[in-house]
Amino acid sequence: MDVHHAGSVGIVAPRKLVIERPLTLDCGRCLPRHELMVETYGELNRARSNAVLVCHALSGDHHAAGVHAATDRKPGWWDSAIGPGKPIDTRRFHVVCLNNLGGCRGSTGPNTINPDTGRYWGPDFPIVTVRDWVKSQALLADALGIERWAAVIGGSLGGMQALQWAIDFPERVAHALAIAAAPRISAQNIAFNEIARQAILSDPDFHAGRYYEHGVVPSRGLKLARMLGHITYLSDSAMRNRFGRLLRESDGRFNFNYEVEFEVESYLRHQGQSFVERFDANTYLLMTKALDYFDPARDYGDDLVAAFRRARAKFLVLAFSSDWRFSPARSREIVKALVAAEREVSYACIASQLGHDDFLMPLPEYHRVLGAYLARVAQEAGA
Amino acid sequence: MNAALRPDLALICDWIAPGARILDLGCGDGALLAHLAHTRGVRGYGLEIDAEEVAAAVARGVNVIQADIDEGLADFADGSFDYVVMTQALQALARPDRALAEMLRVGREAIVTFPNFGHWRARLALARGRMPVTPALPAAWYETRNIHLCTVADFEALCRERGWPVLERALLDRAHRRGPAIALFPGLFCEIALYKLGRPRAAPQGGSAASATDSLART
Repeated sequence: MDVHHAGSVGIVAPRKLVIERPLTLDCGRCLPRHELMVETYGELNRARSNAVLVCHALSGDHHAAGVHAATDRKPGWWDSAIGPGKPIDTRRFHVVCLNNLGGCRGSTGPNTINPDTGRYWGPDFPIVTVRDWVKSQALLADALGIERWAAVIGGSLGGMQALQWAIDFPERVAHALAIAAAPRISAQNIAFNEIARQAILSDPDFHAGRYYEHGVVPSRGLKLARMLGHITYLSDSAMRNRFGRLLRESDGRFNFNYEVEFEVESYLRHQGQSFVERFDANTYLLMTKALDYFDPARDYGDDLVAAFRRARAKFLVLAFSSDWRFSPARSREIVKALVAAEREVSYACIASQLGHDDFLMPLPEYHRVLGAYLARVAQEAGA
Repeated sequence: MNAALRPDLALICDWIAPGARILDLGCGDGALLAHLAHTRGVRGYGLEIDAEEVAAAVARGVNVIQADIDEGLADFADGSFDYVVMTQALQALARPDRALAEMLRVGREAIVTFPNFGHWRARLALARGRMPVTPALPAAWYETRNIHLCTVADFEALCRERGWPVLERALLDRAHRRGPAIALFPGLFCEIALYKLGRPRAAPQGGSAASATDSLART
């Protein structure tokens, strides 16, 4: 990884912030304090008006851009969009990215120690919601001295956080950017999540969530969960183009056994395995539940329009034509409700091939719209 | 702010009340909306299908929604806008009549512009047995996006048939001006037609617009 190449934020270091204020969660429980892992890129201006919050999706974390060491093979998860001269331009914005509460990359979550018991939280960690995350992020903003975000940006589950921010803290968000998101997930989406959870819960190594104390991880379950998820992040044509029916052995003969045979099998197993090495099963369970529960209209008599009437932000909604997990039709539901609520909104459906994962790709059409919008945001923010 | 606004768009601006809510169908780079927002405090949205135009409108700070007008305006509630505007797109739609009906469902008034196929150049070309290729209609028949061309007389006949009152009308030449020839023979010399329509009345009725149509029918 060349950290000196144009457009990279270079070598970055995460830091841990302790939020000393109590946080009452949707489930009714209260965390007296919690810790959040945070990375920032770009300078906060004197007026503190150029801060942008980037919210991560299901498997993301605080490391969104740059590298931690010059020897890192891969940069942060959204390095394609964050950096000098990129759509989220770090020459103009102060970008804040955190590992959400309940995450597994250093923030307070199931794989950290519960101070009340001295044991890993594991299954005792409360199930958190998108609303809880937004509350926690607001406490983080207070700690960082950021009164109002120039923009809150996210893709997928991150986009849901951007929408929730605009509804729950209308005065603290100037722009909300919801990319490849949905106003709430469908029965089909909940069904995928349920299979993922069942894969983890039924793994003998899960030990009711206390696997840390048994010195094992429910790797088979987590791997299956990720393999399933991965299929839903890709379009049919993307998989066809990339793997087709290619066999790993070049002689073209079938093996007549259950070993890895088709290229796509090999790919999925690899994706699953590498996920197990970097992610925690309890966090995966919790994140899928947060997705299932997300439904901002619920607090407003199932009326999304009423929910958005609270918002003062301007919105950018982006969808991808090949995304079937969070399809453009779902983004259009957001747009329709925003228009009915007489909010300012722009919407683009990006012509794409890959599927849901396209929100992480540097597609020229995508980055042009995102960059154009954020250039206006920067201008407004005096950045 | 925008001295370069096209004359036909400038004329449309005069038809729009300050502070109105508008929907601009086929808004392109959002020039009209940006101008209206700046000069008249108008709020609203543009619909545009082309990705580059959408990005250009976003860069202007205009609310733009990428959508295909042919798919209808189902995302917009009845009467949610004061005006629905569509410039130079009617003739490229699959069903212009349905689009107009949708415009008048979503908006209190509809403002529409289109090239007049009854212009003498077009008539002359047809008299010679060829499809017109004119300054207003530069593409050949096999590659044109204009699949539903009409004359001003055709358009007004449709308005009468559907009971859409013509509230305003401006017939312009190629330079987007109202010349003396147009005043005499509007159906022959108008190249760009601008109309403001109202919601359908219970029964189609006459009035100044209808008498204007009668004079067109004679040209």
